[in-house]
Amino acid sequence: MNELVFFINNVVISGLTIGSIYALGAVGITLIFSILRFAHFAHADLMTLGAFFAFFLTSLFPAAGPAIGLPTAFVMLPLAMALTALSAVYIDKAFYKPLRSHGVKPIVIVMASLGVTLMLQGLIRMFMGTSARSMYIDDRKGIHRIELPFELANRPVVLTDPQILLILLLIVIVIALHLFLTRTRLGKAMRAMSDNPDLARVSGINTDTVVKVTWIIAGSLAAIAGTLLSLDVSLKPDLSFHLLLPIFAAAIVGGVGHPYGALAGGFVIGFAETLSVFNWAVILRPWRDYLWFDLPANMAFVSSEYKITVPFFILLAILVWRPTGLFKGKVL
Amino acid sequence: MGSIIEVRQVNKAFGALQVINNCSIEVAKGSITGLIGPNGAGKSTLFNLIAGTFAPDTGQIIFDGEDITAIPSDQLFHRGLLRTFQIAQEFSHMTALENLMMVPPQAGESLLNTWLRPARVQQEEAQVRQKAMDVIEFIGLKHVRNELAGNLSGGQKKLLELGRTMMVDARVVLLDEIAAGVNRTLLQDLIRNIQRLNQELGYTFLVIEHDMDMIAQLCDPVIVLAQGSVMVQGTIEEIQQNEAVIEAYFGNDAH
Amino acid sequence: MLMKLPMKETLLMVALAVAVLLLIQVMGTAYGVRVLVEASCYAIIALGLTIQWGYAGLFNAGIMGFVALGGFSAMLLTFPVNQSFWESELSGELGMAFLKLFAAIALVAAVLQLHRLSVPRSIRVPIILMVLATLYLWVVNGFAPVSQSIVSQYGFIGGFGLPVWAGWLVGGVLAGGVAYFIGHICLGLRSDYLAIATLGVAEIIKAFLKNSDWLTRGTLTVSPLPWPVPGAGEVGFVMARSLYLSVTAVLIAIIFYLLHRAYNGPWGRMMRAIRDNELSSSAMGKDVNQRRLEVFILGCVLMGIGGAALATFNGIFDPNGYLPLNHTFLVWVMVILGGPGNNLGTLFGAVFVYVIWVMSEPVALFILNSISYLGDLWFAWEAPSDFTSRALQARVFTIGLIITLVLRYAPNGLFPEKVQHHH
Repeated sequence: MNELVFFINNVVISGLTIGSIYALGAVGITLIFSILRFAHFAHADLMTLGAFFAFFLTSLFPAAGPAIGLPTAFVMLPLAMALTALSAVYIDKAFYKPLRSHGVKPIVIVMASLGVTLMLQGLIRMFMGTSARSMYIDDRKGIHRIELPFELANRPVVLTDPQILLILLLIVIVIALHLFLTRTRLGKAMRAMSDNPDLARVSGINTDTVVKVTWIIAGSLAAIAGTLLSLDVSLKPDLSFHLLLPIFAAAIVGGVGHPYGALAGGFVIGFAETLSVFNWAVILRPWRDYLWFDLPANMAFVSSEYKITVPFFILLAILVWRPTGLFKGKVL
Repeated sequence: MGSIIEVRQVNKAFGALQVINNCSIEVAKGSITGLIGPNGAGKSTLFNLIAGTFAPDTGQIIFDGEDITAIPSDQLFHRGLLRTFQIAQEFSHMTALENLMMVPPQAGESLLNTWLRPARVQQEEAQVRQKAMDVIEFIGLKHVRNELAGNLSGGQKKLLELGRTMMVDARVVLLDEIAAGVNRTLLQDLIRNIQRLNQELGYTFLVIEHDMDMIAQLCDPVIVLAQGSVMVQGTIEEIQQNEAVIEAYFGNDAH
Repeated sequence: MLMKLPMKETLLMVALAVAVLLLIQVMGTAYGVRVLVEASCYAIIALGLTIQWGYAGLFNAGIMGFVALGGFSAMLLTFPVNQSFWESELSGELGMAFLKLFAAIALVAAVLQLHRLSVPRSIRVPIILMVLATLYLWVVNGFAPVSQSIVSQYGFIGGFGLPVWAGWLVGGVLAGGVAYFIGHICLGLRSDYLAIATLGVAEIIKAFLKNSDWLTRGTLTVSPLPWPVPGAGEVGFVMARSLYLSVTAVLIAIIFYLLHRAYNGPWGRMMRAIRDNELSSSAMGKDVNQRRLEVFILGCVLMGIGGAALATFNGIFDPNGYLPLNHTFLVWVMVILGGPGNNLGTLFGAVFVYVIWVMSEPVALFILNSISYLGDLWFAWEAPSDFTSRALQARVFTIGLIITLVLRYAPNGLFPEKVQHHH
């Protein structure tokens, strides 16, 4: 029974958490891919920027959270989202748009996004320092220990406040995104532009507005993901390093250009990570006398130092066997 | 004279659209065969299938007795099957002469040869240059040989494409609307060159064209393609008098 | 080979020479020569990238991985032999573990050929996955006990004690081999995907080198690495480094010569045609994928050699020392600035960017310490304790800014590609 709890904590809950983070990042990536047709390498740093804004606002108004009963950083989230969205729009205007108007090859814009990555990293570290910071200033991370009503289970299922908030928020976002893309004029314009930009333009769709909205959505989702991840762990300046590859893998696995695919892809990658570093020896322990081999102390597929290789291998596998991804997106 | 290209019951669909529908044609060796038909009949798709740009869903394509159905275009080149493009695909940043010189496979294209056998590379390069000069004179572009290909006129680019097919021993050349965008004078040059290549070097041509005068001057037989399959085949006079062909081109209210 | 250079290029070269002389004047000759040697190693790496990007349009974001492979080869082949390890039984056990690995690879290759036996896809895929998973666990568990014993008893397996040039050569070969493998999988895809894939490859290579303590001592690092010329202890810093510089300079000259021959011959013309119009090149019989792979491998070979030369010069192999910023993005700036596809421009870019990068640390520190001092003096402002490490991030920002500015205003670099048209 304890083993099941261990599994739930380390695979199910962890997988849901990191999967949601990847999903949110991947949706941004896939939207930018489909509207602007380039791989936005600076996206993971956009997520860090969002977290940084939340941190900054939290340090300015530390008492805001306890007053409501939620973590301060979460209360500041709408503001952080707005700031990140604005930053995203301005980055596009300053760095990507001029290149687009010059009609350069998409790969050049990808290189420009590399430059933006470095600029964001330098700026964030200049202001924040290079060490990890906690997002809690006047409050503490709420940890819930849920005891299971079974006799043999004397270890609790552990769920933190940020995790609960993240999952709830994700559900809200999925519904909102669905409604936006299917019911609103702007959402339909986005889908049209994703299919055929020239046709969209001559049909009277204001492509500039669609582009801005794309960045606003991508930036906001990035802020949510970055902030909640930092709330759950801590705000590390090298956050982007661990996020970049998984969110791209998630977007490609899900099928480039399909937001729902990106969501699914995020969870695929998230669960693949948690399942592969999970120590299966723990699950098999109750049956160790019946096994034909000696149960080693650690039977994980991949040791935790190599965790970063998991999304990469999944990406490689998808590129080789099904480049259009799960939802048959564009190979571009 | 046998057939050098056989297309056997080939099908190709793009999504829900069946572009090529149980199509079978034969191109006689040494002929200049025309391929005409209304827009959307599938002519360019058929070319792409024969030329190896993509493979058919079902059916076979035979080239001089060999099954080439799934073989890609770069390999077909080496077997003597060449094609030109509807929109001239020249190498715009290279001179006209270089456009010709890049065609034949030569020792210098291998890095190891470039570094380890410079003498041989130089020798073959000189031979290629000489051949390119001969070809460029044949097609009448000697005066623009050092001009960047991107600066040439549409007709000159088409001539250059034809010239490229002369840099190697081609057996079959697929010409995709080579007259499109070419002025009358240069068009006569093109037609003359095609006939010369056919008579002097034994090239077989399969020609897609909308220009009926050119077809009349050049092609025998003419195959009419409509809705992805062969409607009728014959000499140009027979085709022009065929009622079904007229209907296909002009619709039901032609009479 | 050096034809008469037009005005702009000559001016830029002169400016560079002045900058280097300034560096030597301010920091001393020994330091200056050291910077030049390191810049020359980066130049070799940058030449590798310039042909990948300039000639084949390949976006290699994983330069760091290939550089690290070069450094690793230098270490493995040239570090003195660990006699006690080889004489022990552990070497036999290690051999067994490797045998298992090769057997597993052979089995996987065999299983991947199942499609020839007309085994349907729905059965093939689960079989392949199961075989992969089982073999993977088998091999990993074969290595685990051996590697642990090696680390606890002997530290690491040591090197092979071979001459330095062998280490550099193998560095190139190893990098080329990995490039071949990766290229086959990824080169057919769009350039964004190649960038992501190479980024991933670099991280995996670094993770492997960092965590394989039995092979590389991991974070404990391996030093000293032997030099191809007499070291500082024998002839003094300036002389030793100058000798090293002459070695790398000769290497660069050879590479220049080989690349020049290739560019200006039929091979170069073919590559330019492919870059100009891929569709037409394919129709004219050029195997585009194979040529791209060829260029990719060649570029990575150069990166491996440069990485080996760099590691040997620094005398230490430290997997943690390979950073995407220093070993990937910096090289990109060198190539973009110098002009992709232009060898001389890339050489200029390498020296210029590296000198700026190296000088930026003391300059930044000076500026920031002044700000800190003046801030305290005038406003009683106390700088945070990690001020200097924070402030150095300004370098990162600047590199990023340079990339975006160059792309915006000089997308062809400062030395655009010059091609001789034969008349």
